[in-house]
Amino acid sequence: MAEIVEGGGGGGGGKHGKKKAKKGSARIDMTPMVDLAFLLLTFFVLAATLAKPKAMEIIYPKEVDNQDDKTKLDDALATTLLLGEHENEVFYYFGAFKPDTTQLMLTDFSTEGFRKIMLDKNSAVNDQVNQLKAKLESKEIDEPTYQEAYKQVVGSEKAPFCVIKTIENTKFKNVINAMDELNICNVRKRAIQDMAESEAIAVRQKSSELGLKKK
Amino acid sequence: MPKIKVPKSAPSLDMTPMVDLAFLLVTFFMLTAKFRNMEPIKADPPSSTSLTQLPEKVMLITIDTAGRAYFDISGRGVREKLIQRMAVRYPGMKLTAEQVENFSKMGTFGQPVELLAQYISGDDEQKEALDAAGKGIPLDSLNNQLGDWIQEGYYAFMDDATENGATKEELKENGLRYAIKADGNTDYAKVEKVIDVFRDKQIFQFNMVTNLEGSEGTADANLDAH
Repeated sequence: MAEIVEGGGGGGGGKHGKKKAKKGSARIDMTPMVDLAFLLLTFFVLAATLAKPKAMEIIYPKEVDNQDDKTKLDDALATTLLLGEHENEVFYYFGAFKPDTTQLMLTDFSTEGFRKIMLDKNSAVNDQVNQLKAKLESKEIDEPTYQEAYKQVVGSEKAPFCVIKTIENTKFKNVINAMDELNICNVRKRAIQDMAESEAIAVRQKSSELGLKKK
Repeated sequence: MPKIKVPKSAPSLDMTPMVDLAFLLVTFFMLTAKFRNMEPIKADPPSSTSLTQLPEKVMLITIDTAGRAYFDISGRGVREKLIQRMAVRYPGMKLTAEQVENFSKMGTFGQPVELLAQYISGDDEQKEALDAAGKGIPLDSLNNQLGDWIQEGYYAFMDDATENGATKEELKENGLRYAIKADGNTDYAKVEKVIDVFRDKQIFQFNMVTNLEGSEGTADANLDAH
């Protein structure tokens, strides 16, 4: 162990045989060490919490071979989101797709875009969810009851649903963005599907009409 | 009345307990820190508002913009069992005990089984070269190695869990989860290909790794190899 000698100059003090022990206790200035310790502490604390990745859960449906087995859904509740090749090609329509009459509407993933549309469309469900949340906060119901009730509300037969349709080179980012918006709007009935040819044509038409290009 | 004596010397604080504590915490965080394995690819996941954390026990498939798939699974024991199982399935892949050991410590990889032995033994430079030239883990229907990794990964996880005395209820609550980390600019069709491999294996629930909105580039999926 290193010897700590207090005071300057006296280092070599003492003769060959006997060393004089200092009377006063040896004190070191610990401030720099403490500084360093806390610096390291801060670093590790921050590094430890920042590295936690987040994940979004998505459940995909089982493949259904038999067309008759597919769930019949009410067209009035349907919103379809069409995602084109470029990031700004985001279109939607309500109800069923009719090649000649359906008008695609352009939207985006800002707070004023698709979110507003879906919140509006899903307002009945959202009101119920907000009520539930208020109940949860006032401790009227507990967490498991809330989860159960939430599932019931968002999965009810009357709840609007959304189909996200993609083409071959839709960017993954856009799909996640869309799912995220649906999560925010409490639209839990949703699916990701391939776009039908007629819809893809409509998207291409609309986007050349609007002059949408890659950013 | 007795007077209170005011000491003349400068007030000095005994910092020892504080220092002790600080170093204790430093040691704790240093030891618990998981150091990131060298990642063979760059995949910048999209951002979302999701606050769910990536589960601990997870099988992670990373997909880069070119659609190359990379495989990773957490848990050293699981990885060791996995590679042994894969060696049975692919008898052409001959691995030494040392290579099995190294595989269990390794992180994400994206090599076909034919090149895996070479990849494991390679140094950082060789690995980099293999990664740059590689096409990821094959997942087409003729040579669906990714499907085999997924299947064997699941079995390896189950074996490991049973060995460690996990009950069925525990596994239901806290079993193996599946995560996909794809670059935001990957074509969705390429992600879907990987998802289809999972669906073939009757797995339908995924965790998509995302960055928290507003903190782009900070989150990173790191799996420990311990």
